[in-house]
Amino acid sequence: MTAGDVAVVGVGSTPYYRRGGSAPQSIVDLAGQAILAACEDAGLAVTDIDGFAYYSMAGAGYGQAMDTAVFMETLGIPEVTFSATLTSGGGGSAGSVGLARAAIVSGDANVVVSVMALQQDRGRLGEVFALVPPDPLSSFLKPAGLSGPGHLMSVLTRRHMHDYGTRREAFAEVALSQRANALNRPDAIMRKPLTEDDYWNARMIADPLCLYDFCLETEGAVAVITTSADRAKDLRQKPVPVVAAVHGGHRDWGRAFSWYGMPRETFASSGHAAIAEHLYGRAGVTAEDIDVALLYDHFSPMVVMQLEDYGFCKKGEGGPFVESGAVRYKGGSIPVNTHGGQLSEAYIIGMTHIKEGVEQMRGTAINQVADAELALVTGGPAHLPVSGLILGQAS
Amino acid sequence: MSAALATSLPAEIVQITTDAYTEPFWLAAKEDRLVAPKCADCGTFRLPPTPFCPECRSKAVDWTELSGRAEVFSYSVVHGFPGLPDITLVAAVLDLPDAPGARLIGNIVDVDPAVVHIGMPVTVQFSTISDGWKVPQFRPLD
Repeated sequence: MTAGDVAVVGVGSTPYYRRGGSAPQSIVDLAGQAILAACEDAGLAVTDIDGFAYYSMAGAGYGQAMDTAVFMETLGIPEVTFSATLTSGGGGSAGSVGLARAAIVSGDANVVVSVMALQQDRGRLGEVFALVPPDPLSSFLKPAGLSGPGHLMSVLTRRHMHDYGTRREAFAEVALSQRANALNRPDAIMRKPLTEDDYWNARMIADPLCLYDFCLETEGAVAVITTSADRAKDLRQKPVPVVAAVHGGHRDWGRAFSWYGMPRETFASSGHAAIAEHLYGRAGVTAEDIDVALLYDHFSPMVVMQLEDYGFCKKGEGGPFVESGAVRYKGGSIPVNTHGGQLSEAYIIGMTHIKEGVEQMRGTAINQVADAELALVTGGPAHLPVSGLILGQAS
Repeated sequence: MSAALATSLPAEIVQITTDAYTEPFWLAAKEDRLVAPKCADCGTFRLPPTPFCPECRSKAVDWTELSGRAEVFSYSVVHGFPGLPDITLVAAVLDLPDAPGARLIGNIVDVDPAVVHIGMPVTVQFSTISDGWKVPQFRPLD
């Protein structure tokens, strides 16, 4: 059991921008603003930071990267004793807090920041697989013309619909419910209601997925600061305990939709079943104990499949579960993506979910779930590692 | 509505790269032959080709020639590709009955996307891409 030996003590972000809107600021500028905002939130000086725990290979999207020495140079951070990243991509977002915990519990560092910054002016993430030349493994994938992550995941979605009778109505409900959550948020990119007509008249991008099943193409940065439970006691905010954090995954999922070799049941999934098992085991809780779920929503069907993998409903029943209204902030049994998520608030490769989880546990969220005691935060269903995080109520 | 027939990307924009483990697959494709690596010790097929058998760690491979028949495991109907907004592609994940456990990803071509379905039997054909290589594509089995 992880048991809250570390806590999240600060979160910060830049404004969110539509694609191209954050220029002429650079990735370093955006990330630096988020780090400084997180320090201010925590009541820490930026010079207190002694560790960096990244994910996605410290990449900032696919075309750019972040670098600890560059941050030290421009922010005046005197010394670090930990600088590491989880491998692969957005699957590690929630797990970056677990990497920070590893640094703190081992005694390697005391104040660890996880950060993601994203700009898409050099290339759209939605076209990334068409832009990057093939390597020997991806040469078995790329000629078919699946040019972006959503195109790749549409193939998994089709199989889920075939195996379980899942309907597009469920994906529509994910998109509509999350848009409803974004409407009252000053920072959200999408603040106009999404209607059933909008959804059903939208163009198909990779059938069975339409425009509104795809997340936004946005820019900005979010940073999260983790420290020991002991150190956290004296800071500005009530600390939000890290109840459990897990990253990794099973070989049956592996490279996922870059591979497509998954056994049938795993193929039509989010690849998170192994993460859920370890996460609940370490936390000593079950899905029934979770009060709010911040599920990585790069594509709406992956919300449905994560609800299954995390045990909010049985395998194959995610469609009817969502269609019943269960994920609604108002009236749902498990409010999902109360911040509007990546479909409607902003896409910063998973970091907005951690920020919302922290705010829910502080009791300060804009769409606060009353008396919420446990928040589940997940990293993106993708090439391993994928990850999950359970945060506890601030105290 | 009359649907556009599914096609494939223009040859000149499709590239592959090879290494020592994958090159036999592509050299066979150049000769219009579909092959898959089968572990010479335990008989497990794997695709893409990788250095070790994941079941027994053997590095010994029998390159086995396949019939070319396949079955649609899942697929997407893709509308547009960067620079080609009007293209329609059926990108399919295919089970290979004579290489159980191994799958290929390829286009199903010259077909109305509306008739494609999971479980549909298809057969291979080869299409030339950049640098003289060929990729496997599939068409419905009559």
